[in-house]
Amino acid sequence: MPVNSPFNTASPQAAEIASLYWFVLGICIFLLVVVVGSLTFILIRYRGSRGHEASKRQENVLLEVAWTAIPLLMVGAIFGYTLHTMHLVYPPAGNRAPDIRIVAHQWFWEVHYPQLDVSTANEIHVPVGQDLLFMLNSADVIHDFWVPRLDRKIDVTPAYPVHLWMHVTKPGVYLGTCAEYCGAGHAYMRIRVVAQAPDEFAAWAAEQAKPHATPTTQDAIDGEKIFTSRTCANCHAVKGTSADGDVGPDLTHLGSRSTIASGAADNTPEKLSQWLKKPDSIKPGSHMPNLQLSDAEVRKLVAYLEG
Amino acid sequence: MATIPSATEGPVTDRSAAPPQGLFSWVSSTDHKKIAIMYFVAGFAFFLLGGLEALVMRTQLARPNEHLLTPEAYNQLFTMHGTTMIFLVLVPVLIGFSTYFAPLMIGAKDMIFPRLNAFSFWAFLFGGLLLYFSFLAGGGPDAGWFSYAPLSEKPYSFTRGLDYWALGLLTIGVGTVSAGINLIVTIFNLRVEGMTIRRLPLFVWMVLVNSFVIVLALPALNAALVMLLLDRLLQASFFTPATGGTPILWEHTFWIFGHPEVYIMILPAFGIISEVVPVFSRKPIFGYGFLAASTVAIGFLSFSVWVHHMFAVGLGFPVYYAFAAGSMLIAVPTGVKIFNWIATMWGGTIIFSTAMLFAVGFIVEFTMGGLSGIIFAAVPLDWQMTDSYFVVAHFHYVLFGGTALALFSGAYYWFPKITGRLLDERLGKWHFWLTIIGFNLTFFVQHFAGMAGMARRVYTYPALPWLPTLNMLSTIGSYIIGISVLLFIWNVFRTLRRGEPAGDNPWDGWSLEWATSSPPAEHNFERVPPVRGRRPLYDLAHPEAVAAGEEG
Repeated sequence: MPVNSPFNTASPQAAEIASLYWFVLGICIFLLVVVVGSLTFILIRYRGSRGHEASKRQENVLLEVAWTAIPLLMVGAIFGYTLHTMHLVYPPAGNRAPDIRIVAHQWFWEVHYPQLDVSTANEIHVPVGQDLLFMLNSADVIHDFWVPRLDRKIDVTPAYPVHLWMHVTKPGVYLGTCAEYCGAGHAYMRIRVVAQAPDEFAAWAAEQAKPHATPTTQDAIDGEKIFTSRTCANCHAVKGTSADGDVGPDLTHLGSRSTIASGAADNTPEKLSQWLKKPDSIKPGSHMPNLQLSDAEVRKLVAYLEG
Repeated sequence: MATIPSATEGPVTDRSAAPPQGLFSWVSSTDHKKIAIMYFVAGFAFFLLGGLEALVMRTQLARPNEHLLTPEAYNQLFTMHGTTMIFLVLVPVLIGFSTYFAPLMIGAKDMIFPRLNAFSFWAFLFGGLLLYFSFLAGGGPDAGWFSYAPLSEKPYSFTRGLDYWALGLLTIGVGTVSAGINLIVTIFNLRVEGMTIRRLPLFVWMVLVNSFVIVLALPALNAALVMLLLDRLLQASFFTPATGGTPILWEHTFWIFGHPEVYIMILPAFGIISEVVPVFSRKPIFGYGFLAASTVAIGFLSFSVWVHHMFAVGLGFPVYYAFAAGSMLIAVPTGVKIFNWIATMWGGTIIFSTAMLFAVGFIVEFTMGGLSGIIFAAVPLDWQMTDSYFVVAHFHYVLFGGTALALFSGAYYWFPKITGRLLDERLGKWHFWLTIIGFNLTFFVQHFAGMAGMARRVYTYPALPWLPTLNMLSTIGSYIIGISVLLFIWNVFRTLRRGEPAGDNPWDGWSLEWATSSPPAEHNFERVPPVRGRRPLYDLAHPEAVAAGEEG
C-alpha cells in the first residue's frame, strides 16, 4: 500500500504544497545544523575540564544585527513562496457550480453529485484529470476534510460553507479522514476517494443514478419491507423507495461500496450483519442505534441492502 | 559568600520563626516562598496526573485498531491531559518560580500584595480540583483543551464535564490575571536601590513581559468561558449556528488568548535559561540588551499570530497574509535568544551540572520545536500538517522539549536555595539522559506519523504503512519518560532526607537570591548587598572590576 503522505502526491495541488515543504524544511534543517553544530563545538571547545579562564566578552552589535537580519531574510523568502503557493492551490470558487457537494455529519460524509443526480456516502468517486470543485458544509459540529495525497485539508464549520479544488492525476484509491476532532466517532470518520478514468467514472455514475435494484429474492423483498416500514427509513434514504431520511448516510447501492460505517469495517455480509446487530462493536459511540433486530431480520436487511 | 555581612549566616531552618505550625502555617501563609512551594507541589501532583493520562493514551495507541479504551474515555483523557499540562502544570509552576524568585532577585521582602498572591494560588488549586471533580459528577470534559464549539455545546456534550471545565478554568484564569498584576506591580515598585530596569536579572525581565502578556491575554479566555457557560447553562447562543451564533467567534476568542498563552508558557522558561547558562559558563550573559528587547518584541508579536491556529478554517486570504507574516516574524526574536545563549557559552568555562545539561537540552529541543513552528506559519503547509501528529510533535517539542526541560533546569538550579540541600547530581544526570532519550523517541517519530497521514485526537488508527511501527516506538519512548520522572521523584525525596547541605551560594551565582540563606528567612534578607551592576554578587567579590567599569 502506498504511504498515505502529503508528500506522496497525486495531484498538482498536493505537489505544489510538497515543493514548498521541501523548501521550508531545507531552511529549517540548515538552521538546525547551524545551531546544533555551533553549540556542540562550543560545548566541547570550552568545557570547564580544560581548565581555561572564561572570557568576559558580552556584547557584539554587529553579530546581533547579523543574526537578526539573516533569519529575517530567510523568513522573507518563505513568506513570498507561501503567498505564491496559497494562490496556486486554493483560488476562489467564483460563480462556478460545484461538481460535488459534501455534508459532514457526526460521523460520516454525505456526498452529492448535483449534475449527475447521484448521492452516496464516504466513498467519493472522481474522474482523473479534471478540475473538480467541491462545496462542503456541516450538519452539526466542526469537521475537517483531509485526503493527504490529494489536497489541503479544510475545516467544515457549520453555517460556514467552504470550497475545495481537486484534480487527481493518477487513478487509484486515496484514503482520507476527518482531521478536526468531532466527538466519539472521530477516529472512524474516514474518507475514500476513488479516482477513475473518465469513462469508468461515467459508468459508475450512471449505475449510481439508477434507483436501488428491485429486490428479487424473498429475503431481499422482506428486507425492503423491514427497511421502509421500520425505524431505518427515519434516518436513511434509499433511492426509488419511500425511505428518504437524511440523518444517516444514503444507502442506495450500498453493495457497491467497499466499506461500511465510514471505513470502520469492510463491506461484507458478515460485517454488515454485525453492524446491524450491534453497531457499537464495529464503531463505538456511533449514532446508529441498536434496534434489537432478530437474526432473521438482520439476514433479510443484509440481503436487501447488499442486493 | 564570606564578604557579605553576617546577615546571610542565619540557621538553615529559619522559617520555624513564624508562629503558625504544620499544615495551617501553609494554608494561612502569605509568604511568597511558601506560596511558591505550594505551586510547585500542586503543579507536580497535577503533572503526575497529566503524565499518567498520557501513558494510558500511549498504551491505547501502541497498536492499531486497539480497543483497550472506549473513544469516550480516550476523548476525556486527551482533553484532561492537555488542560492539565497547560493550566495546572506549566503555567502555575512557572508562576511558582516567578513568585519565589522575582522578589528575591530584586531584593524585595515579599510580593507587593501578599494576600492577593495567596488568592492566586488558591484560585489555581481550587480551579484544578473543580476540573477534576467533573469525573465524580458524571464525566470529564471531552471537547479537547480548546473545546471548539459547537462540539462543546450542550447538544453534543451533555454531561456536566464541560461546565466544570469552564468553571475551573475561569477560577484559574482570575487567579492567573491577579498573579500577573501582582508581579508587574512588585517588579516596578519593590526593586532595591540600585536595581534599575537595565540591571534587572533577565529572569525578572522575562517574568515582567510575561505578566503583561498574561494580563492582556487571559481576559479573552475568561470572556469566552463565560459565553460558553451562558450557552450551556442558560441557553444563550453565542456559538450555536442554529440560533444565530457562530463557532468561529469561539475560535477567535479562544486563540486570542490561546497563542499568547504559548508565550506565557515559554517566556519565564527563557528567563530560567538566561540565568542558568551564564552561571555555568562562568561568563556574563551575551547581549543582555538584545535578550531583553527581543522579549518585548515577542510580547507584542504574540498578539499578532493567533489566526495561524485557524488557517484551515477557510477565512479570507488578506487575514492569512497578516497572520502568516506575524507568525514568521516572531521566529526572529526567538532565534536571537537562541544565538545569544550559545554566544554566552562561547569562550566560557562550561560546567556540566544537571541544571546546565537541561538548559543545553532545552536549547536543542526548543530550536527543533521553533523550526517546525515555521512550517505552520507557511499557510499551505499548515493546510496539510495541522491537526495531524506533526502538530502534536511540534507543540510537545515546544512545551516539553522547551518549557518542561527549562523547569527541570530551574529545579536543579534553585532546589538548593529553596530547600537548603543539593539534588544528587549523579541521579540528576540519569534523569537528564533518560528524559532526552524518552522525549525524542516519543515525539520525534510523531513528526513522521503526521507525515504518514495520521490525524491527531483519534483513539485508534488503521494499520496504514508506517503507523504501527511509529506508534509503538512512541509508546516505548513515553514509558522511558515515565521512568525518568520516577528517578526525579526519588532524587527529590532522597535529597530532602539526606541531601548534601547547599550553603548560601552553591553555584557561585551572581544574582541577589544567592546573597541570603538557603532557604531564605521569611523576610528574605537581613541586608541586601549593594547593587552597582547586573551581577551584584560578582561585583561584591571583585570590587576592582566595578572600579574599572567593567560592567554596566
